[in-house]
Amino acid sequence: MTDLFYDAAPNATRVAPERPKPRHYPDKPAEVILFGTCVMDLFFPEAGLDAIRLLEREGLKVHYPQAQSCCGQPAWTSGYVDEALEVARAQLALLDNGLPVVVPSGSCAGMFRQHYREVFADEPDTLKRVESLAERTFELTEFLLHVCKVQWQDLGPPTQIALHTSCSARREMNTHLHARELLAGLDNVERLDHDHESECCGFGGTFSVRMPEVSGAMVLDKTRSLRESGAAEMVTADGGCLLNINGSLAKQKQAFRGRHLASFLWERVSGEVRS
Amino acid sequence: MNQRIPVTELSDTFRGRAKEALADDQLRTNFRVAMDSLMQKRADAFPDEEEREGLRELGNRIKARALSRLPDLLEQLEAKLTENGVNVHWAETTAEANRIVHSIIESKQGSQVVKGKSMVSEEMEMNDYLAERDIECLESDMGEYIVQLDGEKPSHIIMPAIHKNRYQVSKLFHDKLGVEETDDVNKLIRIGRETLRQKFMEADVGVSGVNFAIAETGTLLLVENEGNGRMSTTAPPVHVAVTGIEKVVENLRDVVPLVSLLTRSALGQPITTYVNMISGPRKPDELDGPEEVHLVLLDNGRTGAFADAQMRQTLNCIRCGACMNHCPVYTRVGGHTYGEVYPGPIGKIVTPHMVGLKQVPDHPSASSLCGACGDVCPVKIPIPELLQRLRQENVKSPAEQPKVKDGGAKYSARERAVWRFWRTLNTRPGLYRLFLWGATRFGKLTPKNLGPWTENHTAPVPARRSLHDLAKAHLARAESQHTGGQS
Repeated sequence: MTDLFYDAAPNATRVAPERPKPRHYPDKPAEVILFGTCVMDLFFPEAGLDAIRLLEREGLKVHYPQAQSCCGQPAWTSGYVDEALEVARAQLALLDNGLPVVVPSGSCAGMFRQHYREVFADEPDTLKRVESLAERTFELTEFLLHVCKVQWQDLGPPTQIALHTSCSARREMNTHLHARELLAGLDNVERLDHDHESECCGFGGTFSVRMPEVSGAMVLDKTRSLRESGAAEMVTADGGCLLNINGSLAKQKQAFRGRHLASFLWERVSGEVRS
Repeated sequence: MNQRIPVTELSDTFRGRAKEALADDQLRTNFRVAMDSLMQKRADAFPDEEEREGLRELGNRIKARALSRLPDLLEQLEAKLTENGVNVHWAETTAEANRIVHSIIESKQGSQVVKGKSMVSEEMEMNDYLAERDIECLESDMGEYIVQLDGEKPSHIIMPAIHKNRYQVSKLFHDKLGVEETDDVNKLIRIGRETLRQKFMEADVGVSGVNFAIAETGTLLLVENEGNGRMSTTAPPVHVAVTGIEKVVENLRDVVPLVSLLTRSALGQPITTYVNMISGPRKPDELDGPEEVHLVLLDNGRTGAFADAQMRQTLNCIRCGACMNHCPVYTRVGGHTYGEVYPGPIGKIVTPHMVGLKQVPDHPSASSLCGACGDVCPVKIPIPELLQRLRQENVKSPAEQPKVKDGGAKYSARERAVWRFWRTLNTRPGLYRLFLWGATRFGKLTPKNLGPWTENHTAPVPARRSLHDLAKAHLARAESQHTGGQS
């Protein structure tokens, strides 16, 4: 069938199906930088610390540059290019030391890996450094899975969870595959599917305040399907979605909550129980 | 209580209309059910991911190649069609296109037009234009017929009446045609067909759209499932096809993958029931077909998009509707909320060139940039990237010379100042840490009402200590333990 199409169009550029190239992962380094992200910084700092703990547990020395702030995504997606550019430039300067950068949020990692190219499109000299950063940037679950190649013993009690992945992270970073695989390695954790799992939770950064009615309808549907999945809780590796989903659940006065995957994983592998 | 609001009385802003649509439970169910089914059909039609991705890449390159030679191909198309006996007309604006169509009908002293489905004719608002001149236009596509009967506009580019379920159609037919109510879809279709059959015979002119215009052979290709396209283009003595200039492709071979992408992406069909290839009027030895064939090629802002390398990609579109079927926003608010001819993700990126951003200032923002549209686009239009670009153009000040028609529609000095402050905060580490210190210390003072955010959420309270703070303490402790262990 495929051949038929290609033969049917001899003067169209013959096209081999473009397969996403599997990313080449380096050996486990000795040191990494954690880019905490602005949302985690202010609203989920404990999860950021759990990410550090998970990395340290793999024998890595973790750096947390105190000069870091935001990746620039909010301004970029809102169309404020100049403002995004300057904030991106500051992070780029900070992360320009060749160390791998681990990001506990898929959309911010995607900003480094995919969108800095667009942000700095008019600066050919900067683009080399942008490519270097893209090459060294890893989303947390991806890094634990493919670079650290973690082999965990699950110390937690049996539980059922639902996994939410951010759209941009899924599209740009394959976080759904990485997170699923990490969770599959935990013997006592069962991941339950939920209805319309791959549909957006409605956050979309400034979309949530520019179009509160539509965004609100989306998060309402998302929280309902999460609750109806039968899971005890939701885990996600994206701070933006977590802020959206938990904020909505609290508004609805539901007991069900989500939390950052880093905290969930740390509890499972450290055996530390938090109330 | 859900009182349906007639389309003509909808609010005049996207947000207003969205609010109205969201409150309509029946409308939301209709869209959710229909979109879920369409997504499933598309998925089933592309069982092999590798084949699908190869085909999408091929489709993208065929369209890119055609667009790279657009002026040449259009000239070739005109020459070839003229050779085949088709009259070719050029229209820069929809008003011009309407005048052309009207003058063709007038020259035949026509008073009745039967139409196959055409989104370009919707762009032209041809029905209204002709009605004002005492020419009756009857839509012959079942969906178009339904919305016309109810005085509405299409809510989807492939399935114009998808916002109605069968019970609503039954009620409409009962009210307007005086037939008995029935929930049998086949009966409903038969009712519609009986009305239409007679009209095909009586019509003076048939109007249709075009899916692909093939330059090499001068062929107009039209896909459809109801046979109404074939009837509209062959039964009346005159056939007028209207289409956008971006529909031209180089040759017939290019059409094979494009049609496959179109029908599989739109309805999950391997091919449509009818594929019409129109190459000219009836020849002396032929038994049927129109005596005259016209093609109206419409610009309506398309050359504006063409001139911009990034926005040119919008002209790749083959109008399959897959982007709206997969869009979480469209699924919830439906097509009428967009207030324009082309709804959904594709509507958001093609409409600004047609009508200018001032008329659709909220379109670029009405997306969470989730990317579902770009993932399914059969010709790989990077819709989220183009939405981001339109947002840039939308917030530019007049001095920054926006590059899209009526750009700067959302320019606000106040909002710009907020983002400038945000930039200052995020580029000065000392200031950022001071901000963190304040936010964490006084987090409890976060107001309960944070405008639009707290309509759907509780106010987010900052943690008592920032990650900057926690990480610093943690890493210092780890460091001292490490050096402590060594000494």
